[in-house]
Amino acid sequence: MPRTHLKEKLYKWIFTLLSFSSLIFLIGIVIVLFREGIPIFKEAGFLKFIFGRNWYPTYRPPEFGILPLILASLWVTAGAVIVCIPLGVGSALYLNEIAGYRQKQFLKPVIELLASIPSVVFGFFGMVIVTPFLQKVFNLPTGMTALNASLILGLMATPTVCSISEDALSYVPNAFREASFAVGANRWQTLTQVVIPAAGSGISTAIILGMSRAIGETMTVLMVAGGAAVIPHSFLEPVRPMTAAIAAEMGEAPMGGSHYHALFAIALVLFLITFVFNIAAEIISRRFRIKLGLSG
Amino acid sequence: MKQALVQRLGFGLLFICITSTLFFLGLIIYFIFTRGISVISWVFLTQAPRNAMTAGGVAPVIAGTLYLTLGSMLFAVPLGLACAIYLCEYSPKGAIVNIIRMSINNLAGVPSVVFGLFGLAVFVKFFGFGVSILSGSLTLGILALPLIISASQEALLSVPQSIREASLSLGATKWETIKNIVLPTALPGILTGVILSIGRVAGETAPILFTAAAFYLRGYPKSVFSEVMALPYHIYALMTEGAHPDKQKAIAYGCSLILLFLVLFISGIAIFLRQRQRSYHG
Amino acid sequence: MKRSAILILAGAMSLALGFGTCFAEKIVLAGSTTVLPIAQKTAEVFMDKNAGADISVRGGGSSVGIASLIDGTCDIADASRPIKDTEIQQAAANGRDPVAHIVAMDGIAVVVNNSNPVSKLSRKQIRDIFTGKVSDWSQLGGSPGKIVVVSRDTSSGTFEAFGELVMKGEKVIPGALMQASNQAVATIVAQTPSAIGYVGLGFMTKEIKPIEIEGIMPSKETVLSGKYPVTRPLFMYSNGQPQGMTKEYLDFVKSREGQDLVEEQGYVGLK
Repeated sequence: MPRTHLKEKLYKWIFTLLSFSSLIFLIGIVIVLFREGIPIFKEAGFLKFIFGRNWYPTYRPPEFGILPLILASLWVTAGAVIVCIPLGVGSALYLNEIAGYRQKQFLKPVIELLASIPSVVFGFFGMVIVTPFLQKVFNLPTGMTALNASLILGLMATPTVCSISEDALSYVPNAFREASFAVGANRWQTLTQVVIPAAGSGISTAIILGMSRAIGETMTVLMVAGGAAVIPHSFLEPVRPMTAAIAAEMGEAPMGGSHYHALFAIALVLFLITFVFNIAAEIISRRFRIKLGLSG
Repeated sequence: MKQALVQRLGFGLLFICITSTLFFLGLIIYFIFTRGISVISWVFLTQAPRNAMTAGGVAPVIAGTLYLTLGSMLFAVPLGLACAIYLCEYSPKGAIVNIIRMSINNLAGVPSVVFGLFGLAVFVKFFGFGVSILSGSLTLGILALPLIISASQEALLSVPQSIREASLSLGATKWETIKNIVLPTALPGILTGVILSIGRVAGETAPILFTAAAFYLRGYPKSVFSEVMALPYHIYALMTEGAHPDKQKAIAYGCSLILLFLVLFISGIAIFLRQRQRSYHG
Repeated sequence: MKRSAILILAGAMSLALGFGTCFAEKIVLAGSTTVLPIAQKTAEVFMDKNAGADISVRGGGSSVGIASLIDGTCDIADASRPIKDTEIQQAAANGRDPVAHIVAMDGIAVVVNNSNPVSKLSRKQIRDIFTGKVSDWSQLGGSPGKIVVVSRDTSSGTFEAFGELVMKGEKVIPGALMQASNQAVATIVAQTPSAIGYVGLGFMTKEIKPIEIEGIMPSKETVLSGKYPVTRPLFMYSNGQPQGMTKEYLDFVKSREGQDLVEEQGYVGLK
């Protein structure tokens, strides 16, 4: 008996220990980013690094201003949101409120399946199909622009946004809908005035997670955004988002040099932005669950 | 009357939303398929690249993707499963569990290129594994960890509490209950989650950019310390490096088709299984 | 029983490993993406001839290649620039001794659209275009039109060489279209009547027009004779004097046959 008891305890401890792995990796990531990124703040100055307008990492003397990169990321993400809100949320509303049982039973998994298309395939598509198309339509010197990146990223985030929004909509109790019908509202009024407000924070969570995915996406922007490190003025110009800068330049940055540290610092900024997004999404979704009386 | 019109317009709009979503995503698959299919042949699937990567096949590239995916699962599945077991079966409710939950959610939201940098700093440099299958697999494994944990959690939670209680009341210990009753019942769900994360991992590029990928090597990797060619990186490299853009583009189409097919096929199986399991449990 | 199984397994594994090492001598190449096509093609042909060779080729960039050579994770570093002093010091501190081998010459051609009447520019004029001081073709005797400047990514070796040889350290205007590859630059220039860009000689096509710089047209002859001003050597670095398979490979690259492969990839061979 004591032996089995000991064994039980042992197992419990093993599982407890292993369950901390995610936390350890997360902390590990933070430590690595800080350790490798901090030196550039000391060298270039924190404010100068974040708000500097010139990114010339390979010049002598180099300039490490990542404002154009941050703005490019935000710019492209904003564009992606404009694409993925109507497509993603609209599709979710259709699936939840209009589609019949069999239609939904078929379409929901199809959309989940489309969410698994790899990003490099999106990037490849953007490069070979969308780039020449945009160049022709807008008569541009290059089709690799912020617009291209936004379209592709938006399309890429759409299935994710759709799936999560649809989940949120399906949590809205049927009683809400029935009460609305009972007072004479039609389906559209019920949808816009009852269901959407009730699922609002769930849908916001979906959109925030979609944004988080878009801002952290690397391969597509690396392949289609064009790569000019300028502060973006229009959607028809090439831009250089943070992730593209990291992926493109890591290979040319001498190990342990300023440029190397600068790229880790960019990753740190990126990590913090997505971290804020994720925390926000979590808080909103927790409130949503409490509001609808679901378990925390 | 007016209300009815508004409703029809609104529903029409939503219909346009979903059809355009399906149309555009379908367009991607259509283009890759129609242009890639002419490249696919027996030679393309079974031989190594030749003639400055403009001829021959991509067999070692496909194999590389399989190695990396397999390696990442060997690492992530036991760890993720253990984590899920703790959270579902052992965890006392409390602050620690909340912290673990939060870290899992946040790990899931970390951009893939950041995983790549982490892998570079820790596995490639600090542990000295070099650019290798090992480094790439571990990096991808961390990326897959949150997916596996949440899928396993869902599977474990769907096991009815009454079964556990029955087992415990017959004198089985907690571990015996988990090992003999809970895990076998939850197994299909866990497997589905694993398959789904395989689909995700196979298509990731940014994490292996600095940790595993090689532009060209002869034949198949010899050990876990060799670098590999992998499908997603191969597509990227063919489109951006090298001196024969036209011939490389054709091969990139072929690789994209193979990758797309692999990922959609694997994820398709998982989603189909999950759909069945969910309707089973009601 | 179990123990003997383990013993047999261990024996088999060490045998396999042993055979692996004595059969195929592994060489790892890493570095410059400009040298990548040369490295890849020569490695491929070299392995066809030598069954005992096992070469892997990785990109990453000149700096990554040299850093890998310094920390011992590659045998040959490809570079489109000479090694820097700081890197030599690091190498010395690690007990490594990088030795340079020039494997090819590369000329950087300044190119414009075929429809552009301008065919000659001085280095100063090119510099003024890329810094933004001159912004219209009419200022250079061409037909009026805003100049679209196309450049390589700041991180590429080609950009670095162009910066040194033509720009003399001055900055390319931030509004330039920064392209990740030579291919992309060539495509844009071919499609845009008012564009100017620069590509490695290996990437010249009929759709774009090279510019005479200081009266010299970029070509194999002018690059080899040193007359053409925007020329750079491409390197492979080995650790110490190369030995064994590494030596055989480097000798192959420098041989007549290897240099033919270099030319086939569009670069200028040394012979």
